[in-house]
Amino acid sequence: MIRYISLFLGLAFTAAVLWAFGNGAFVAATQGLGEKTADGVFHAHPHAPEGGFSFEGPVGRFDRQQLQRGYQVYKEVCSACHSLKFVAFRDLAQLGYNEAEIKAEAASWQVPGIDPNTGEATTRAGLPTDHFPSPFPNAVAAAAANNNAVPPDLSLMTKARHEGPAYVYSLISGYGAPDPALRAEFPEFETPTGLYFNKYFATLNLAMAPPLTATGQVSFADGTEATIPQMAADVAAFLAWTAEPTLEQRKQTGVWFLGFMIFVTLLAFLSKKQVWSALHTGRKD
Amino acid sequence: MSFPWANQYQPQNGFMKWMDEKLPLPRLVYNAIGAGYPVPRNLNYMWNFGVLAGFCLVLQIVTGVVLAMHYASDASLAFGKIEHIMRDVNWGWLMRYAHANGASFFFLVIYLHIFRGFYYSSYKAPREMIWLLGVVIFLLMMATGFMGYVLPWGQMSFWAAQVITGLFEAIPLVGAPIKTWLLGGFAPDDATLNRFFSLHYLLPFVIVGVVILHVWALHIPGSSNPTGVEVKSESDTVPFHPYYTAKDGFGLGVFMILFTIMVFFLPNALGHPDNYIEANPLSTPAHIVPEWYFWPFYAILRAFTYDFLFVPAKLLGVIAMFGSILIWFILPWLDKSPVRSANYRPTYRMFFWILMVDMAVLFWCGGAPAQEPYVMISQIATAYYFMHFLVIVPFISRSEKTAPLPKSITDAVLGQAGATAKGARA
Ligand code: HEC
Ligand code: HEM
Repeated sequence: MIRYISLFLGLAFTAAVLWAFGNGAFVAATQGLGEKTADGVFHAHPHAPEGGFSFEGPVGRFDRQQLQRGYQVYKEVCSACHSLKFVAFRDLAQLGYNEAEIKAEAASWQVPGIDPNTGEATTRAGLPTDHFPSPFPNAVAAAAANNNAVPPDLSLMTKARHEGPAYVYSLISGYGAPDPALRAEFPEFETPTGLYFNKYFATLNLAMAPPLTATGQVSFADGTEATIPQMAADVAAFLAWTAEPTLEQRKQTGVWFLGFMIFVTLLAFLSKKQVWSALHTGRKD
Repeated sequence: MSFPWANQYQPQNGFMKWMDEKLPLPRLVYNAIGAGYPVPRNLNYMWNFGVLAGFCLVLQIVTGVVLAMHYASDASLAFGKIEHIMRDVNWGWLMRYAHANGASFFFLVIYLHIFRGFYYSSYKAPREMIWLLGVVIFLLMMATGFMGYVLPWGQMSFWAAQVITGLFEAIPLVGAPIKTWLLGGFAPDDATLNRFFSLHYLLPFVIVGVVILHVWALHIPGSSNPTGVEVKSESDTVPFHPYYTAKDGFGLGVFMILFTIMVFFLPNALGHPDNYIEANPLSTPAHIVPEWYFWPFYAILRAFTYDFLFVPAKLLGVIAMFGSILIWFILPWLDKSPVRSANYRPTYRMFFWILMVDMAVLFWCGGAPAQEPYVMISQIATAYYFMHFLVIVPFISRSEKTAPLPKSITDAVLGQAGATAKGARA
């Protein structure tokens, strides 16, 4: 009995799904399998700066100098529009700043506060325990100032995109007009006014004007020449740090733990062999 | 509950004697996973995954309890709490990465455990109850995994909750009220997050309960083995301890090496980047995908794209998705072949491997966007999936020609000579 029920059920499921397949195949045969779209053709895969990032690979570490430069780019350029809400000033200790420097750094930022006399909302100089402030009072103000797009918080940006650090690097150093040859193929492709073409952005046109525009836009404290790719790589590295400040601890612990596990597993293997050795004598296979 | 030649528990000292009279817990352990449990001597490494699944379950509970100490199931706080765990809690990042990757490894282990069951037809009498409880565990795991994924309240969390609860809308008449009832509102929000957290904390302990029944049911007939020939005499078995404790220990080591590599060096490789964006009901992600371990079933859900005989496509998809797992419940009664192991069933073995390829294809389609050619490929694969369990297996189990079975496990391991020289066990 159960075999007949199952036969019936099996044929019913199969018929229903093959019916869908037949319909889909008919549509595909009469209309083709989707056209080439401008999105697909113009889009480019992100790439890391030449030589890659220092923190990649199983034992990669952050380059403190680069993080400091990246912080400078964030502070002088990106912070005009982007917040960094999961990062506190005290976290900058990890970039190699000492306590006094962090105090001074925090004090150079204005954070929301309350007037001690009137209780009214105001701003005050930052303290090491404060988090980076948002440049806009709320999302509506942020959108109003940016052609209706809210600049996203950057704390987790490199984790929130595929190949995050390479993506940020490619995005902010990769503006420019579409390839003229491809452009000729899609004459109707337009970048709406107020948006900017960027082949790395998912929908190709985004509301962020190119933030890095000229060599020397930032003068690095360590004297490194601030070319656009240099600034882009440095800020991408800095954002990789903000997204995962525990990256170095993770990799270092991992190396030790992996070594330990391999050792223990080797011991387990030897004892397994030892235990089974008597049984295996005379084994056929 | 065991074979007559099983070693008997002997309390070693006064305290153990006292304990044995008051609460014979050491005796229970001795008989369950100690020298008092005779196990077929020929189990291969596919028999390691049960113990590994148990390890994963404990790992999930331990890391999960720690995470819960620092988490808040409030829609306005949850996302930030996860970052608090990642940044400020000592070793919080380790707890979270171990829990997230632990879930993936748990499913990987369970899939191998289930596929072992398919290959060796471990579900057959006298082990049907073990199998039925196993399917119940798998369903509970899926519910737990789904609700856990919602807790970080990222974009994928939110939209997965939206899509999965939305499936219930396909049920005629009562669908929409059921969805609202499940969510505690019209869209995922605080009420949803709170109940999901509550259930996500509860269900693993329910799983512990069902696992106890699963292992209890296992100890009645004892484990099957790669030949599928039942244990006949003492020379067919070895005591669980030290033989399988040693073998499982080595298996656990290999598991831990792979797990360490993922947790410490590729912790986000199995996750989706969108889940590092806080949930936003106003912005729908381009591709909503569940976690990788749901992909084969997600592909089946999406394969039904046209109404059939007045049944709406969406309802068909939902029935098929749940049905694709529920049919495992009747598998012991569909596969009537008296031979268990696929090693001696060439025809079944071939279809088993086709099923594995088929599930790999479904897996791949489930993770891909809902576009052609993936949809058409998943439709063929879905058809095969149902044909396999509901038509092919019942049919071939009656008609196939099987290879001759060894006389006994000892015979299979040691050959004729060994079987006659009974002392070979030393
Ligand atoms: C004038 C304001 C402004 C400045 C300055 C600015 N951005 Fe943006 N940024 C935006 C806006 C607006 C968006 C949202 C774009 C959209 O969604 O169309 C954005 C989006 C982004 C994104 C997300 C792209 C995506 O995939 O969604 C990244 C990454 C980014 N900015 C990085 C930076 C970095 C790094 C800097 C500093 C070098 C910077 N931005 C400076 C306004 C700005
Ligand atoms: C939390 C999850 C689970 C745990 C902890 C668990 C544990 C175990 C253990 C320890 C064994 C004995 C060792 C082995 O054969 O590998 C076992 C056997 C078995 N399990 Fe599970 N299991 C789980 C889930 C499942 C699921 C989901 C299924 C199937 C749907 C299943 C089906 C079986 C079967 C059929 C056996 C007997 C195998 C044989 O003797 O040949 N189990 N399980």
